[in-house]
Amino acid sequence: MIGLSQVYALAGLVFAGFAVMSLRDAANPRRRRNALFWGLFALSFLAGDHLGDLGNGVLVLVMALAAAFGLGRSGTTAEDAEARVASARTYGLRLFLPALMIPIIVLAGSLGVRHGGAPAAALVDPGQATLVALGFATLLVAGLSVRMFRQPVLSPLTEGLRLADTVGWMALLPQMLAALGAVFALAGVGTVVGETVTRVFPMDTRLAAVAVYCLGMAGFTVLMGNAFAAFPVMTAGVALPVLVKVYGGDPAAICAIGMLSGFCGTLLTPLAANFNLAPAALLDLDDRFAVIRAQAPTAVVLLLVNTVLMHVLAFPTHP
Amino acid sequence: MLVLLGVLLVVAGFAVGLNPLLVVLASALATGLAAGLSPVEVLAAFGKAFNENRYVSAAWLILPVIGVLERSGLQEAARGLIGRLRGVTFARLMLAYLLFRQATAALGLTSIAGQTQTIRPIIAPMAEAARAAETDAPALNPPEAQKVRAFAAGTDNIGLFFGEDIFLAIGSILLMVGFLDQNGITVEPLHLSVWAIPTAIAAFIVHGARILLFGRRGPRP
Repeated sequence: MIGLSQVYALAGLVFAGFAVMSLRDAANPRRRRNALFWGLFALSFLAGDHLGDLGNGVLVLVMALAAAFGLGRSGTTAEDAEARVASARTYGLRLFLPALMIPIIVLAGSLGVRHGGAPAAALVDPGQATLVALGFATLLVAGLSVRMFRQPVLSPLTEGLRLADTVGWMALLPQMLAALGAVFALAGVGTVVGETVTRVFPMDTRLAAVAVYCLGMAGFTVLMGNAFAAFPVMTAGVALPVLVKVYGGDPAAICAIGMLSGFCGTLLTPLAANFNLAPAALLDLDDRFAVIRAQAPTAVVLLLVNTVLMHVLAFPTHP
Repeated sequence: MLVLLGVLLVVAGFAVGLNPLLVVLASALATGLAAGLSPVEVLAAFGKAFNENRYVSAAWLILPVIGVLERSGLQEAARGLIGRLRGVTFARLMLAYLLFRQATAALGLTSIAGQTQTIRPIIAPMAEAARAAETDAPALNPPEAQKVRAFAAGTDNIGLFFGEDIFLAIGSILLMVGFLDQNGITVEPLHLSVWAIPTAIAAFIVHGARILLFGRRGPRP
């Protein structure tokens, strides 16, 4: 059965390819450090389950130190830019075809596995259908694009590395933050924050309690980087005992709008690195927080809208 | 209370601008020590969690295919498309994309688009070209181009976040159903997802208004 381990193996091979290409990248002054970084990434994906907890800890420590001291990147020359313009003129709209194929394959793959009955479920792990389909789509479409647009055979690796170098050390941050979240959970950080919030803020009117829940979901999400971490704590601490039990609110409306208030926090926090910081690196923005700045006004207004919506909609049998 | 030291370290470290990777390591160490673990135990706990969260980084698997398409001129083709489609302004492009992202996410199609596969190779170049055409410039100056790209990236996140919760089987809905069930409250996923609709409409109005405002700003020297 094809599942997570096969996708990880594919990712490991791609990252190993990045490591080899980094070593051969004469234009990158720090090619050895880049090779070490991507080599360890490959090791984690190929053999992470056999390294042991401490082994994985040492691995991520070395990766983080190597990356924090600065990875290099190779430049693009004007020659490349001219070739791209010429290629765009030759192939025109056909260039969009592979880009459209990726989501279609992912969609067809995940739907096919989910509704394909026993034979499909025997072939692909239904729980990982989307990720498996994505892995399959990238392989197929990369090969197809190389043929269609007459690119060098190794170009998926060299061009993938060019993008990976653009992202740089930021490539590691989302996974490290996820691991930090697990350490926070282990130490009971969420419970302490939740208790502090409920103790410090007064909730003697319905509006105050709604505001504490909505703003608390957002604030907690900003601190933890993830609305899913904030939800159980804030809902057990504020929503269920106060909003539902005391003020008679509808739990479905309160939870749904509470979660969306948490999403407003996600738009505001650098700790949600995969949404907020990695795109800034990927788009070559000088300001690491540029995407957060672009989102902030919408997030703040929507947080207020959510508070009002909950106050108005979630209490059918008024106070 | 001592375990909050790690949270403080993260906030302070990010605010001061230290390298986030080192900030995360320091925060994990402080949190673990405060919870009574030894440094080696913290490292092991962090390593275990890192290994279990590899799917987060598996998303980079898409870089090679996007790289090949960019080398073949996809960004240039996306820019060229704007030149040929007369009626497509920056605001109309962004509004259409916001609606598309919200609508597809509401149908559960969250991985149909994204920062790496859509924004960087297609939408950001189109937005830049549309903005340049409006300001009668051959190309945007770098600070303005960066603003446009950041705005496009933010639009993708906003469309995704305020669309996906309308879908019944998305992770956050399942989390809420499970959590309420543990607390003795039975809620149908449908009841949660209909309550995501008012906020989704508000998100389209609020961010749509910001798109229109962004599009109306005068050309920058």
